[in-house]
Amino acid sequence: MMAPLIEVEHLTMRFGGLVAIDDVSFTAHPRSITAIIGPNGAGKTTVFNCITGFYKPTVGRLTLRGGPGEFLLERMRGHEIGQKARVARTFQNIRLFPGMTVLENLMVAQHNKLMRASGWSLLGLLGVASFRRAEEAAIELSRLWLERIGLVADADRPAGELPYGAQRRLEIARAMCTEPVLLCLDEPAAGLNPRESAELNELLVSIRDRDGIGVLLIEHDMSVVMQISDHIVVLDYGRKIAEGAPAAVRNDPAVIRAYLGTDEKALDG
Amino acid sequence: MAYFTQQLINAITLGAIYGLIAIGYTMVYGIIGMINFAHGEVFMIGAFISLIGFIICGSLGISSAPIAIVLVLLLAMSFSAVYGWAIERTAYRPLRGSFRLAPLISAIGVSIALQNYVQLAQGARPKPGGQIVSGGFNLFTADGFDVRVTWLQIIIVLVTIVLMAGFTWVIARTSLGRQQRACEQDMKMAALLGVNVDRTISLTFVLGAALAAVAGMLFLMYYGVIDFFIGFLAGIKAFTAAVLGGIGSLPGAMLGGLLIGLIEVFWAGYFSSEYKDVAAFAILVLVLIFRPSGLLGKPEIEKV
Repeated sequence: MMAPLIEVEHLTMRFGGLVAIDDVSFTAHPRSITAIIGPNGAGKTTVFNCITGFYKPTVGRLTLRGGPGEFLLERMRGHEIGQKARVARTFQNIRLFPGMTVLENLMVAQHNKLMRASGWSLLGLLGVASFRRAEEAAIELSRLWLERIGLVADADRPAGELPYGAQRRLEIARAMCTEPVLLCLDEPAAGLNPRESAELNELLVSIRDRDGIGVLLIEHDMSVVMQISDHIVVLDYGRKIAEGAPAAVRNDPAVIRAYLGTDEKALDG
Repeated sequence: MAYFTQQLINAITLGAIYGLIAIGYTMVYGIIGMINFAHGEVFMIGAFISLIGFIICGSLGISSAPIAIVLVLLLAMSFSAVYGWAIERTAYRPLRGSFRLAPLISAIGVSIALQNYVQLAQGARPKPGGQIVSGGFNLFTADGFDVRVTWLQIIIVLVTIVLMAGFTWVIARTSLGRQQRACEQDMKMAALLGVNVDRTISLTFVLGAALAAVAGMLFLMYYGVIDFFIGFLAGIKAFTAAVLGGIGSLPGAMLGGLLIGLIEVFWAGYFSSEYKDVAAFAILVLVLIFRPSGLLGKPEIEKV
């Protein structure tokens, strides 16, 4: 087994008296898809918010080992987590930059590279060769991703005009353009029709196999979760109630109870 | 006809200056959703730095007007940029995440402090700037009335067009501009993609301040007299221009500046010059009542 990419240890998040996450620990590995599932309000998105620096965890340690080194995510500021630790995420609702074109959305994600190459834009404005090369490389990477999500023809359209499913895919491509080591996806299949959902599965599997990064996935659509996850973590009321391979989790009585709300007797009967 | 043409030429010149200041208002509003009430003071300080710059050029024996203008332009832009940066750092950043009124109040405080600082440091009396560029030519003569265009007016309009074009290009085409627009649309998402939001906001203030400084220099050259209080009126007029054009919209600020220049000059030329400010501000009231999103602005859409 490879060393874990991210290790979440004893993560606890309290909002006043409300315990949103209670002592949750799990790990996720590179080149694998780890799904976090659970009923509404189980604390899945809160876990993501802790990992990506939106919340400071009350207790717990989040260690990311990968890419450039080892990072304690709970101690880093929002943009550093994206920039240095190379964690990317998407949200439940679509948060593209709707007024910018599809290509520009992907270019923004690569701006750190560009800013370095441009020497804080002075050289860039003067059109220095090293900057132009960096810009061409960025456009090339964007084009590659547009091919993978099938949106090359729409490169110059405003992102807000794309159909819903395409916007979802573009969000994932944009996150990938930051060249992350860990990709956190919050319900990427929400609102997709079965065909779009199947396309998404393909995209996620290709990200795992071709790009070799770790994917953390929050998802309600079990057709997505069961098909593509390597590992599943189940949360309920902020606590981890089960963990394991899809087949094992599917038959776990605690999981069935949490989802269906039945007691064991009814299940047996 | 001749009188009309002359007024038109004057109006475009004035509108160019307002437009340059209005860009600073509109950009800051676009990115943090707040008005920078100290922006007029940056314009005033730009004018004073230009005055000092021209005096230095004179004492260094630089007699060529184009060289002096370029040198002073760079001087005023860089110093005012520091002021813009400092305003964001002291009046806005510590209060980000506070209630909305707080940074507005602190910005008004900075504005008063800067006015008084200049009043103390430079004296309260109006300062004559002398004539740096003189002369012009007659466009045509009709009804015994000479329609004159001065070289200075041409310089003002040209400098404005070049700067606005350059600025539009930076925002639309460069990595810097993309980053700026991304922050404007979704600050949190931009941060998540690794954009340094704090630096981008600082940069917005700096760019706005540099353009205001250019407006200050052009104002000094055009009117020849400045005092510590010019930032107030010019600032509010430029703010009106930004609102008229649609606050948050870059082309809107340029259009708004031009229109405010036109309204003011034509009102003064055809009705009464005492009431020209009333005319300009009446427009602000009318726009706010009938079209709050301005001419080119998009109506606010609730984010879900």
